[in-house]
Amino acid sequence: MVCPHPAAPCLVSAVALHKTYDAGRVRVLDGINLEVQAGEMVALWGASGSGKSTLLHLCGGLDLPDSGELSVCGLDPRDEAHRLELRRRHLGFVFQLHNLIPDLTVEENLRVPALAIGTPRAATRERVRALAESVGLAHRLQHRIQDISGGERQRTAICRALMNAPRLLLADEPTGSLDEETGDTVFGLLQQLVKEQGITVLLATHERRFAERCDRLLHLRQGRMAP
Amino acid sequence: MRYLALVLVNLHRHKLRALIGVAGIGFGVAAMLTILAIVNGAIGMFERILAVDSHHLVFERNVSDLFFSSVTGEQVAALRRMPAVASARPLLFGLVSSPGHPIITCFGLEADNPRLTRARWLAGKPEEFGLSPDGIWLGARAAEFLSARVGGRVTIGREEFTVAGVLATENGFEDGGVFLPLAAAQKFFHREGLASVVAIKLVDESRGAEFKQAVAQAFPGLLALENREFSRSYTQFQILHYTAWAVGLCAFLLGGLGVANTMLLSVFSRIREIAVLRVCGFSRGQVTGLIFGEATLIASAGLLVGFALGQAALLALGHAAQFQGYVQAVIRPGMVGGIVLTSLVTAVAGAIYPAWYAAKIQPAEALRYE
Repeated sequence: MVCPHPAAPCLVSAVALHKTYDAGRVRVLDGINLEVQAGEMVALWGASGSGKSTLLHLCGGLDLPDSGELSVCGLDPRDEAHRLELRRRHLGFVFQLHNLIPDLTVEENLRVPALAIGTPRAATRERVRALAESVGLAHRLQHRIQDISGGERQRTAICRALMNAPRLLLADEPTGSLDEETGDTVFGLLQQLVKEQGITVLLATHERRFAERCDRLLHLRQGRMAP
Repeated sequence: MRYLALVLVNLHRHKLRALIGVAGIGFGVAAMLTILAIVNGAIGMFERILAVDSHHLVFERNVSDLFFSSVTGEQVAALRRMPAVASARPLLFGLVSSPGHPIITCFGLEADNPRLTRARWLAGKPEEFGLSPDGIWLGARAAEFLSARVGGRVTIGREEFTVAGVLATENGFEDGGVFLPLAAAQKFFHREGLASVVAIKLVDESRGAEFKQAVAQAFPGLLALENREFSRSYTQFQILHYTAWAVGLCAFLLGGLGVANTMLLSVFSRIREIAVLRVCGFSRGQVTGLIFGEATLIASAGLLVGFALGQAALLALGHAAQFQGYVQAVIRPGMVGGIVLTSLVTAVAGAIYPAWYAAKIQPAEALRYE
């Protein structure tokens, strides 16, 4: 597949991706082709079980495809070293459940990705402050995760995903566990990131209203791209 | 936040579990420290009994215990005639009992034995040793637990003796023992003319090898060893030493299982969290580092607790009247090093499987884990 706008670098390129579970008995992705360009906000929309999360996991190197070609930020997620490099420098993940470490404070959670790559403390502190301020969390930095609201947790998760300044944000139902108003806020934040920081977002969602507000909407149905 | 903070957070989160791990290692350390210190102390005391003002020890070859060694009076006399020998002092060991005290070490020795003059005499005089026909001389602790005074009578075995003197020594065996003139001891133990061991002082200590060779030629049934050589080769010491390490290692094995259990539970209870760390860029090495870091911290805390417990136990045992002063703990740097190393190795070994398990967690699968 050729990038729709060849001038912009292609961050995700997937050709004929297949993925099955349960020793091939459950077909989850069936010949997926996908291109995502830098600066795009692309929605993977579909019902539960359509393969959205699996496709995101494959793009993030959290899982491996059975067959097909896949390149993310010019790296091959099937290679262990590339996977690590992707997670450390190129990708940020946001999940439906925030997946923050409950016994740490907001600030400590934000520091985790920086810890993984050994960012100096002063630089980490500055980055944490800047990110927290950009999402309105500066006053919550010393609070523990259990002491903040669902929306704040998801904003913390987004900040954590952005900590190492990734090029691509993989967001798996980031509004799925939030009420409508908070969901709108979080989605607005993602849009703002694309607009202001030029971050590419690949968003998996089952909510049509969010999918339609993205630059492109790709409809997944039973592991295939629906027309 | 530093890497160590993540380790501490998890230990803090599961305090009870971490404390069980610490207790496991702590008890292992305490057991090993206590046993080794007591055994080393006992060996040291025994060495000092043998090595008072002497360079070599001569005893019967191929005996399993010095209590069964027999050196005849003729052999002692012959040893004394050897030009290389400055002094040869026979010593007869035996175990005696007194009502309420089933095991007391008895030393049969000649009046000029330097251990008598070196002791601090609480009653009686060293020059009077052996002059009283039915006299017995008691170590200070022995006098205490036998409630005996000079001039009083004590029952030893089936005989009664008059207490002729009380002497205090720094050696627990001697201090808790009784002393008889050599001839009286030989008669008491029905070992007339025999000694267990002969402590030899050479005219020239550097000519020990020649002396050993001369003894081997003149007395094929006897063995001459330097004091240090004796300590290293004496089977009983070796058995004691290895037994101490074996018991200590068993204690550590239990401690290691405790750590393994703690770390396994630690990994299983946060599979999802480990997956998140991987997603955030932690390598497999960094994840295993966390697990080993936790195990090492548990071991370190266990070491501190164990050394404190062990020291307390040694202090209590050293002052316990029941042990009659026989507990004189000796802690050597090598022993402490061995315990520290064993403790860390045990903890790390206990963490190998949990760390391996944590390293192979697949993030996608683990994020679905509830």
